[in-house]
Amino acid sequence: MSGFLTMLRQTARLMVGIPDYDAYLRHMLTHHPDQPAMDRTQFFRDRQEARYGGKNGGKCC
Amino acid sequence: MMTRHLPWIAIAIIGAVALGVVAVSRGEAVNALWIVVAAVSCFLVAYRYYALFIATKVMRLDPSRPTPALRRADGLDYVATDRTVLFGHHFAAIAGAGPLVGPVLAAQMGYLPGTLWIIVGVVLAGAVQDFMVLFISMRRDGKSLGELIRMEMGQWAGTIALFGAFMIMVIILAVLALIVVKALAESPWGMFTVAATVPLAMIMGAYTRWIRPGRIGEVSLLGLVGLLAAIVYGQAVAASPFWGPVFTFTPLTLCWILIGYGAVASVLPVWLLLAPRDYLSTFLKIGAIAALAVGIVIMAPPLKMPALTQFVDGGGPVWAGGLFPFLFITIACGAVSGFHALISSGTTPKLIASEGHARVIGYGAMLMEAFVAIMALVGASILDPGIYFTMNSPTALIGTDAASASAAVTAMGFPISPDLITQTAKDVGEHSIISRAGGAPTLAVAMAEIFSHVVGGPAMKAFWYHFAILFEALFILTAVDAGTRAGRFMLQDLIGLAVPSFKESKGHMPGIVATALTVAAWGFFLHQGVTDPLGGVNTLWPVFGISNQMLAAIALMLATVVLFRMKRDRYAWVTMIPTAWLLVCTLSAGWLKLFSADAKVGFLAHAAKFSAAAGAGEVLAPAKSMAEMERIIFNDRVDAALVALFLSVVLALLFFTIRTCIAARRSAAPTAREIPAQLVPAQ
Repeated sequence: MSGFLTMLRQTARLMVGIPDYDAYLRHMLTHHPDQPAMDRTQFFRDRQEARYGGKNGGKCC
Repeated sequence: MMTRHLPWIAIAIIGAVALGVVAVSRGEAVNALWIVVAAVSCFLVAYRYYALFIATKVMRLDPSRPTPALRRADGLDYVATDRTVLFGHHFAAIAGAGPLVGPVLAAQMGYLPGTLWIIVGVVLAGAVQDFMVLFISMRRDGKSLGELIRMEMGQWAGTIALFGAFMIMVIILAVLALIVVKALAESPWGMFTVAATVPLAMIMGAYTRWIRPGRIGEVSLLGLVGLLAAIVYGQAVAASPFWGPVFTFTPLTLCWILIGYGAVASVLPVWLLLAPRDYLSTFLKIGAIAALAVGIVIMAPPLKMPALTQFVDGGGPVWAGGLFPFLFITIACGAVSGFHALISSGTTPKLIASEGHARVIGYGAMLMEAFVAIMALVGASILDPGIYFTMNSPTALIGTDAASASAAVTAMGFPISPDLITQTAKDVGEHSIISRAGGAPTLAVAMAEIFSHVVGGPAMKAFWYHFAILFEALFILTAVDAGTRAGRFMLQDLIGLAVPSFKESKGHMPGIVATALTVAAWGFFLHQGVTDPLGGVNTLWPVFGISNQMLAAIALMLATVVLFRMKRDRYAWVTMIPTAWLLVCTLSAGWLKLFSADAKVGFLAHAAKFSAAAGAGEVLAPAKSMAEMERIIFNDRVDAALVALFLSVVLALLFFTIRTCIAARRSAAPTAREIPAQLVPAQ
């Protein structure tokens, strides 16, 4: 059940353009351990800007 | 071996029976569930067999081949994402107002033509397009449609496509804004609830910015409570002798408010207004679509619209023109939508974890959108046809009061009493339902009918009506805001080709100039639509439909080129058949819009009629002065030029397509520019 809820939560968040923070953190730790990773708030703001900055071609009619 | 096909054969038989009932029944009312069953069975069978055929034979998807999300993984843009999660993301991005509005407008020909076109169109064209573009982009690092066309068809083709996409964006924004104007004009209740979302979103924005950053669920619940309060409170506002008139606007005033709103909202920081309202509109959209599906199944309403009306030959009041080609451009989204090519080559290919997921996301999500379109068609068809035509005919035909509307609509062959018109308006808490074209209000009445049947009874109708209006207006306003931003960047890129310094996003000037130009462009068409005596939707929706289907044709031409360049020409019919059909529909619709001698259909004939009258010193209704006559003539010519422009864009790309395909056939080896399968991951 908790797996289902996690998926539901991830789906809802990705619908509005916010990918999974934990996956990002895992990626940074495995591939770029030398670089500082963004914290949750920075990550959220970065993704918000990326989704709505206009570079993504907008949404459908 | 055969047994695994048995369940699918059963589904196919169920679908065929349901389709038969829908198609053949005449006289007695058909239950709406037959349409739903027919559509769902067709979609399941198409997904199981046709989509699988495309995946395995045409594309030869290879689950072991690394996708961009694996090759370029960065945890941000390129993230290998769970299949179900990504399906939700993709569906939320493609489904908007389009699939809800087009089918409602198409219902003027009866429910049958629209149903058949949605089912056949999505299976053979729409879902194929989305799937193919996703496939092409996925094999090229998630590049965008413009870049893909440039890679496979050359620099010129890419630039022309980019320009076409910008113009289509302009028309989409104008049409969407027009729908909002039509829904909110003279409706203080609706206007108040929508206006209330602005401060509400700003509070949510501040909350996610400073108080609890990133807590989307929390803040959305907060927003939902605010929205429901605004709907409930809106009734009192509308009834108040002071506040009622404050929130009552004429269409023209609303048009200027929207233009101003678009200009300001698109330069505000995204976290303040756009992002929080996007949360509300996205979740509300998904919730409302799910609720509509459940509601239709519980209510199982009979269809009151006839299967076919006399308007299949043309001459309908909602939009001009006959079934061919105009039905096929009126229902754009839901059957096939070119705009999806921008999404399928946008974020989705960067998030897909395996090529094996492409079928459910590319083909499957589009089937889901077609299902939304089917529900919208059902919604429009369960209303009394008298109500439907009262709401969707222009005032030039049916007047502005219940008596004249009742007489005119009854004369069309759809009997309705003035009392029923007044009563329906009263039930949904509006002053009037006459001539509220644009699809949204009609759908809102249908949703109020369905929802109040399930929850709350007739007393809740007014609440549900305004809930539906709010939900549609919310995501349209979000699209206007986001679209203006996207249009600005497209324009900066385009101007940047000629003046490289314009592309610099460092300085403020290019951004402001490009934003102003984008808003001015859609504002022009919005203003034209609002002041159009035929109601605007009549004029603008076909232009939108033509442009959207042309973008689809362009995307499918790209897909054809790629198949040729992969040396898979023997399967190229998969994309060539829908391309040919879309070209036939859009080119003939465009041609009729330009050159038809019928002034109701052809822009130039209409302009000629008015300029002849103006030359003779006459003022033709609905113009009231010579200046208005001049404006109508000017608008006609602008529309004609726009259609001519779309025609030349699509013909130019057809030329590049044929040239590239011939070159690909001459080459012995594949020439498609895919990222090789064996390439070591970039990191």
